[in-house]
Amino acid sequence: MYHKFDALVIGGGGAGLSAAIKLVGKGNVAVISKLYPSRSHTGAAQGGICAALGNTEEDHWEWHMFDTVKGGDYLTDQDAAEVLAKEAIDAIYELEHMGLPFNRTPDGKLDQRRFGGHTRNYGEGPVRRACYSADRTGHMILQTLYQQGIKNNVTFFNEFHLMDVIISNGRCVGVTAIDIKTGELHTFHSKATILATGGYGRVWKVTSNAHACTGDGMTSAYRAGIPLMDMEMYQFHPTGLYRIGILLSEAARGEGGILRNAEGERFCERYAPTLKDLAPRDMVSRFISQEIREGRGAGPDKDYVYLHVDHLGKEVIDAKLPDITDFARTYLKVEPYKEGVPIQPTAHYAMGGVPTNVNGEVIMDEKGTVMPGLYAAGEVACVSVHGANRLGTNSLVDLVVFGRRAGSQAAEYIKTTDFESLPANHDASSKDLISWVNAGTGQSRTENAANIRKELQVEMQQNVQVVRDEKGMSHAMSKIAELKERYQKVKIQDVSSKFNTERLETLELGSLIELAEATTKSALERKESRGAHYREDMLNRDDVNFLAHTLAYRSDDGGVSRLAYKPVVITRFQPKERKY
Amino acid sequence: MQVTVKILRFDPEKDKKAHFETYELEADPLDRVLDVMNSIKWYKDGTLTFRRSCAHGVCGSDAMRINGRNRLACKVLVQDLGKKIQLEPMLGFKIIKDLVVDMEPFFDKYKSIKPYLINYEEAPSAERVQSPEEHELFDETTKCILCGACSGSCPPYWSNSEFIGPAAIVNAHRFIFDSRDQGSDERLGVLSEGEGVWRCRTVFNCTDACPRDIPVTKVIEQIKRVMLYNRK
Repeated sequence: MYHKFDALVIGGGGAGLSAAIKLVGKGNVAVISKLYPSRSHTGAAQGGICAALGNTEEDHWEWHMFDTVKGGDYLTDQDAAEVLAKEAIDAIYELEHMGLPFNRTPDGKLDQRRFGGHTRNYGEGPVRRACYSADRTGHMILQTLYQQGIKNNVTFFNEFHLMDVIISNGRCVGVTAIDIKTGELHTFHSKATILATGGYGRVWKVTSNAHACTGDGMTSAYRAGIPLMDMEMYQFHPTGLYRIGILLSEAARGEGGILRNAEGERFCERYAPTLKDLAPRDMVSRFISQEIREGRGAGPDKDYVYLHVDHLGKEVIDAKLPDITDFARTYLKVEPYKEGVPIQPTAHYAMGGVPTNVNGEVIMDEKGTVMPGLYAAGEVACVSVHGANRLGTNSLVDLVVFGRRAGSQAAEYIKTTDFESLPANHDASSKDLISWVNAGTGQSRTENAANIRKELQVEMQQNVQVVRDEKGMSHAMSKIAELKERYQKVKIQDVSSKFNTERLETLELGSLIELAEATTKSALERKESRGAHYREDMLNRDDVNFLAHTLAYRSDDGGVSRLAYKPVVITRFQPKERKY
Repeated sequence: MQVTVKILRFDPEKDKKAHFETYELEADPLDRVLDVMNSIKWYKDGTLTFRRSCAHGVCGSDAMRINGRNRLACKVLVQDLGKKIQLEPMLGFKIIKDLVVDMEPFFDKYKSIKPYLINYEEAPSAERVQSPEEHELFDETTKCILCGACSGSCPPYWSNSEFIGPAAIVNAHRFIFDSRDQGSDERLGVLSEGEGVWRCRTVFNCTDACPRDIPVTKVIEQIKRVMLYNRK
């Protein structure tokens, strides 16, 4: 089926909905989403959304900007960090005006709490900057934005799976997508297309990410010739529920929760004397990793540490951390009122992704050349506002601030541009891919997709994680090569058209494999340690050679063909050693 | 442990009516029911179809009837159920395929109560002021994830496809009790119609079904009281 819209938004999470709302009244707009929008992974965000409102203590956007840059280990583009910190303030008031039920101070203003890496006066100590709705801030942002979508009669195509981004004459002219309910391939012809498809945490075995987080948007841009930026910068959140990876918000530590090893020691203060448990995530994950490697982990396999909130009292826990304590009870049968909760770092967030400028326009090279008609915002994108390590809450700030910007920029673009015609055979590659999956009932197709996915996740968990080295990453590269071969022979049982989720999962696996490869290759070639990319064989940060963004380009046969490096934008803050 | 999982199956391209299929497999007592379903799909029967995403009870994709009660498959552990597990699609919804049901009528009812803040005044330059006590009045109903478990557990909802259902009422409550909102009259108008709040028979199934622990029946009673006595 053929559809024509001035603007398309791919993804119904926080970034996509923020963009769509800015396009209301500016042309005909559609949101295409793999899930019902209210199911998007924005809803799993818990702890808060930062802005220097100064409601409970002195704060300034310059401090927020500085923390974001330092938190990103100076790989953050400072023009983007400035936009983020300044516009966060207006973005939060806008959300409140839309009805978002933030927690309040006694005088009725938005309450704010502490969060990792957010400091007063350029690093002196923790500051209360995170606005929040108990520990379901992401849920409230998602619901509120979806409500605005309904209010404004936005057109939704729910349960449509993105296949390809269509490029014609150097311009993005739309996408193809499968209607999951019918199995039919649709063409969406557009002037502007905004990718807001989220992350790819399902590459790892232990992850906080939803099953749906398979990086479809990143892969479709990558396949269309757009490089992926800083893919080696992947965040492991320190506190995932042991073994299953479900997120326990940093808000637990913001409210006074502490980490202890098997000996009961509050180990963070040994590593980060000023911020202690509220040091940035890359560091706390490394502290945990080191405790475990040095034999101070808990449990029979000495492979986890404890998150304690029991000293905060029932009242604080119930009022401010109800969901995460419920997770501990439900999934580990642990009572957080009384005991520590077993945790381990969990694959959480892609700092890297589809490169954009501060207006959400997708760029194609190290010079910043714009791909007309294509935009990206939220986790799929790399502005780069998070650099080598994202601070807590800045993902929600990012998706609202840059979602709005991408929407506004696209609104300008569609005003002054005409439709470019679709290229001949615009859906040929999508059709080929679907036919290839459907042929998976054939005798030569012997590989089980779940086995391939599991082996990929185990390999990445083992060798491309919190601490890395050349040997492990090289091993991962050869394993990925093997899995790519085997994926060519992947089988399926379900040949039906309607709601064929086996076909969908098989397509998603193809995306995971490509993104794992881009991640590992980018990591191997970054011969230094910076932020979340910590190499045991190269411990130092190397600003001479690697104060630069990695761009990974795809070859036609599906591998990484080459890497290029794009300079970091530095305005106010010169790189310094990062201490907390 | 060994578990026996009986699942109501329906393939719209093949089946005239739904039928049960049974699977035997190994499961860890701490596995979620969703993990067991994934094991069946990935290693035994690729045609098994269900919705899932977050896998920890916040996205609302996998509401279904589990041993007769509406639950999220990702929020029930095998050890909570024992060796016999029965999975069926929620009642009161049209089956699309296996455990996947048509959510469109459900979302249409949600939309009918105008689920967005209505405020006719110009917004201030900073936040609208609201006390913690005012916030508390609607805090519970902001937790709704639109999974449908409450509506699908409601006998009046099963027997009357026009009934607006508990989920829509919960979301109306979220705004009616919000001090910043000025759309109560419009919403109460919808809820006072024939298929509105008075179809509720106070069965309490919705309260039992809610995976977010929203006191759904109590909330519905609060709405009835607003209508009768104009009292919040």
